[in-house]
This record gives sequence, structure tokens and C-alpha cells, in this order.
Amino acid sequence: MNSLYDKVKKNLIWKSVFRRDYRDTARNRAMAIFGNVFLHLHPVRVRESAVKLRYTWGMGGITFLAFIILTITGVVLMFYYHPTVDLAYLDMKDLEFQAPYGVISRNLHRWAAHFMVIVVMIHMFRVFMTGSYKAPRQFNWGIGVILLVLTFLLSFTGYLLPWDQLGFWAITVGTNMGAATPLIGYQGPFSEFLHITPYNDIRFALLGGAQVGGNALLRSYIWHCIAIPLISVILMFVHFWRVRKDGGISRPQH
Amino acid sequence: MNPFIEIITQPDNIAIVIMIVMVTFFTIWGFQQAFQNDKLKASGYAVDGELDQDVDTFKPLVRIELIISLVVVLFLSIWSIAVDAPLEEIANPTITPNPAKAPWYFLGLQELLVYFDPWLAGVVLPTLIVVGLMAIPYIDINPKGNGYYTFAERKYAVIIFAFGFFILWLLLIVIGVFDRGPGWLWYWPWEEWDHQRVVFEPTRDLTQVIGIESRSIPGFIIGAIVVIGYYVAGMLLPLRHWRKNNPELLAQLGMIRYNLIMFLFVTMMSVPIKMVLRLVFLVKYVWITPWFNV
Ligand code: HEM
Ligand code: HEM
Repeated sequence: MNSLYDKVKKNLIWKSVFRRDYRDTARNRAMAIFGNVFLHLHPVRVRESAVKLRYTWGMGGITFLAFIILTITGVVLMFYYHPTVDLAYLDMKDLEFQAPYGVISRNLHRWAAHFMVIVVMIHMFRVFMTGSYKAPRQFNWGIGVILLVLTFLLSFTGYLLPWDQLGFWAITVGTNMGAATPLIGYQGPFSEFLHITPYNDIRFALLGGAQVGGNALLRSYIWHCIAIPLISVILMFVHFWRVRKDGGISRPQH
Repeated sequence: MNPFIEIITQPDNIAIVIMIVMVTFFTIWGFQQAFQNDKLKASGYAVDGELDQDVDTFKPLVRIELIISLVVVLFLSIWSIAVDAPLEEIANPTITPNPAKAPWYFLGLQELLVYFDPWLAGVVLPTLIVVGLMAIPYIDINPKGNGYYTFAERKYAVIIFAFGFFILWLLLIVIGVFDRGPGWLWYWPWEEWDHQRVVFEPTRDLTQVIGIESRSIPGFIIGAIVVIGYYVAGMLLPLRHWRKNNPELLAQLGMIRYNLIMFLFVTMMSVPIKMVLRLVFLVKYVWITPWFNV
């Protein structure tokens, strides 16, 4: 037994991957954090209150976890999905009846999406209740607000993708409001001064047409699967970086 | 089937039920800690976390993150095994469902459409919500209550935020999900939806209440006075009150901050005011202009 253990662990390959052993020393505990690209988002030592569940409720982290789950299941769905009017709905049926684990992938994606919207709102509520937006964390609250909007937009653009009645009309209702934008929506106040019509207004730009159609589906798809996730990831890393640089999780001044 | 059960068991609405349960739980937990800290402070003790020391991140934090992740993944897996994502008929531009509802997190905004024209409900108010949220750290200059739950030290901030969050956002969502049926008419959860139902609800404009045509010049002028007067009064009256009773606070705030706070607050309060006008007094518009109606 021991010799097998030695064979597995005392060789060049193992040692090149794992730089330390398991002994519970202060050095190893620190190495576990900054020797690991994922864990080193954390500081090596933190204030005890920041670790307690009752303070943060873990809600920011849970939001991030939901986003990771959405990215993984979203990429799985992309393998089966064509963003065209002819195929999108049929792909949903394929997911249901043909694709291995298609139903559970889609369910996970949809419920995790709802879940992410719920937990991000609770995260904001917690940050407010602990006054964590106060100096020096004002800027990070602002980043957070943008992340909140992006979360809504991700869920909103995803809603159209199945190309069923539910999504189609939800997006129609939503983008019709865009038509009422002052100045740049064709039904909005003052738009006549800019000669805005249904064919050159903000809604047309969003949908790539005067109605929700093939172009709107393609635009939704690209925003949903590429553009907004990219922007979100960048802002999330700014958000996490700032949590550290603003002095870690907020705590009472002594 | 009982219409309430029918609504509540629709796959997407299970999310609302989960939201209500989670929000209730965390609201209670948050306020309970706030009151506990207030009590500690009042009797001269340190608040929760004030005396804490540093600890190693590995293992306490990493362990708790692992456990939470497993619980969340398990929870989502059970949810996904138990409930299938809905898929309706293929999109058909010629068949409009009634009611056509936005996704649930936007139902608060859709509900606003009852009280405001789309350019206000769908564009101006959401923009102000986002701007207002981002402005919070810069207009709330109370240094207390940073880093712990408290109510006593920041009463007004908490009350105003809670009003916006629970009433104007979450409650309007719940109303949109459970109480709005065909034609966006009000249905109690136990009432059957009736697609033939027409409600004769003659609405009028504010000036018509006192017998002046709202599309006439006098109507226009009175409407303008009411709307502009509402903002002017809303922004000047607190100023006079604070000048007398709390000049130091006003000096600390400065004029820019004061005006921003009051503008956002007065705009926020216009939502419940218009709701009452519409629902109780059947008033649709306050001010009609050739370009827009308020
Ligand atoms: C990189 C990340 C993501 C990728 C690659 C992705 C990809 C996809 C794809 C291909 C679909 C169409 C398949 C389908 O409708 O079942 C979809 C649907 C959807 N997505 Fe995403 N997604 C991502 C992140 C998100 C996030 C963060 C959210 C919400 C916060 C979200 C919400 C939705 C919703 C609500 C649907 C409709 C689900 C349905 O009923 O089918 N997605 N996504
Ligand atoms: C996609 C959305 C978001 C993600 C992934 C995220 C993630 C996180 C994480 C992991 C933390 C560390 C502490 C904790 O878990 O509470 C944090 C802290 C923070 N978040 Fe977010 N967040 C998001 C949205 C928001 C929003 C909407 C706001 C506010 C409007 C916000 C404001 C803050 C602030 C001010 C902190 C510092 C809190 C403190 O020091 O106590 N975040 N966020």
C-alpha cells in the first residue's frame, strides 16, 4: 500500500502538478490559496466575520455559481441549437425527444436563470442592509448595479430563443416599450422632430427589423450567448478585484 | 381546478414561489440581525463582527463555499428533475395570447403601464431606477452602519430602500403574476379567468374632475401647474423644514445632493400617488400636452 502511495505521489509528474503535501501547516494553508488560480481570488487570511454565513449569506458567491452553471449548460445547449426561425423551435423538440440529457440540460438552464435573478436581488438587499456600499465601496456598488441590469438582459434575451409563443410575445411586449423612447422611438414623445419612423428607430435597431422575426432571433442569440456573457465576465472580475482592493468584505470599523 | 393552484403550479411561477420564500427568509434574518445589533449598541456592547480576528481562508471559507455549492447544485438538480421547462406552441405573430405577459422580473414595469404611458413606464422610470440605485452611495452621506446590520442608525435609508424594493418592485411583480388576467384586468387568485369579461370603467383626466376639459388650454395650464407644482413643492417644503430644524445636515449634504435626493424621492413617490389616482379616483392623466401625457 505504502509503496503504491509512494509510486503515485513521489514522481516528477505528480510533483509538477501538486506543489505541496497535505500536512496542515500554516504554510500549506496559505499555499492552498495562492498556489491555486481559482482559490487565489480569496485573500490568504480573512476576517472571521467575512466567513460567517449570517453576514453575507453567501449570496454574491451563489450568484456567481449560478452564472457558471448557466455557462456550462448554455454551451451544452448551443451544440443543439440553430438560431433560425425554421429550426429553433424544432431544436427545442429535439432536445426534448432526441438529444441525450436534452431535457435536463434545458431545465437546468432555465431554472438556474430564474434562480440567478432571485439571488442577485437578495445579494443587493444584503449589501444594502449592511451598508456595504458606503466608502470605500461606492464604485463597486455601481459595478453591481450594471451586473444586475446585465443579469436581467441575459434572461430577457434567452427567453426568445426557444421561439415559442411565450418568448415571442414577452419579447414583443418588452421591445414595444422601446418604441416609446423619447426622441429615438417612433411612438415616443418628440420623435417627430428627428423624423423617426418604425424603420429607423431604437426598436428597429434592437430587433433588426420592424417586427420580432429572424433578425431579432439572431441578434438575441448573439447578445445572449456571446456579447452579454463576455461583458458580464469582465465586470464580474472587476467586481471581485474591487472587493479585495476595497479592503475585503465590509466589517464594523473598530 | 382551483385557479390559484393552477397559477402557482405553472412551471415558471414556481420560481416566484421560491422567490417569495427566499426573500421572506432573508428579510427576517437581516432585520433580526439589525435589531440585535441595535440592542447591543444601545447597551454599549460591540456589534456582531466588531471584535473578530483574522483567520486562515483555507479551510473555513473554502469549506463553506464547497458546502453551499453542493447544496445549490443539488437544489437546482432536484428542481430540474421535478419540473420541466415550459414550451408552448411555435411562435405565431398572428395569434396574440391574452394576457401577453413579460418575463416575471419585468412584470413590475408592465404593471406600471396601467398607470403611466409607455415612455414613462418602460423607459424613463427604469432609467431613473438604475441611475438612482447607482447614486445611492454618493447621496447617502451617513457614515454609520457600514459593515453591520442596523436599523436604528439609518432608519430613513432603510425605510426608503425597503419601500422601493418590497412594494414597488417585488409586490408589483407578485401582482402581475397572480392578479392580472385577460385584458390585464384584476383577478383575485381564486377567481376564474373570463375572456369575455369587459369592465366598464370610465376614466377621466384630473381637470375633468373639476369640470375643465383636459385637452383645452386651461386644462393644459392647470395640468402643468399640478405636475410642476408637485415637483416644486416636493423639493422646497423639505428644504424649509430642514433649514429650520436641521441646518447642519443640509450644509453637509450641499445643494446638488439635496436636489438629486429630492428629485429621485419625489419621482419615486409619484408611482404610488398615480396608482391611487387611477385605482381609487379613476383618474388617467394629470396633464395632457400635444407631445406627451402624464
Ligand atoms: C455563457 C453563458 C450562456 C450561454 C452560452 C447560453 C446559451 C443559451 C442557449 C443556446 C439557449 C437556447 C436554448 C434554450 O432555449 O433552451 C439559452 C436559453 C436561455 N438562457 Fe442562456 N446562456 C448563457 C447564460 C445565461 C444566463 C446567465 C441566463 C440568465 C440569467 C440565461 C437565461 C436563459 C433563458 C431564460 C433561456 C430560455 C430557456 C428556455 O426556456 O429554453 N442564459 N441560453
Ligand atoms: C452578477 C451579479 C453579481 C455577482 C456575481 C456578485 C458577486 C459578489 C461577490 C462574490 C461578493 C463577495 C461578498 C458576497 O458574496 O456578498 C460581492 C460583494 C459585493 N457586491 Fe456583488 N455581485 C453581483 C451583483 C451585485 C449587485 C447587483 C450589487 C449592488 C447593487 C453588488 C454590490 C456588491 C458590493 C458593494 C459588494 C461588497 C460587499 C462587502 O464588502 O460587504 N453586487 N459581490
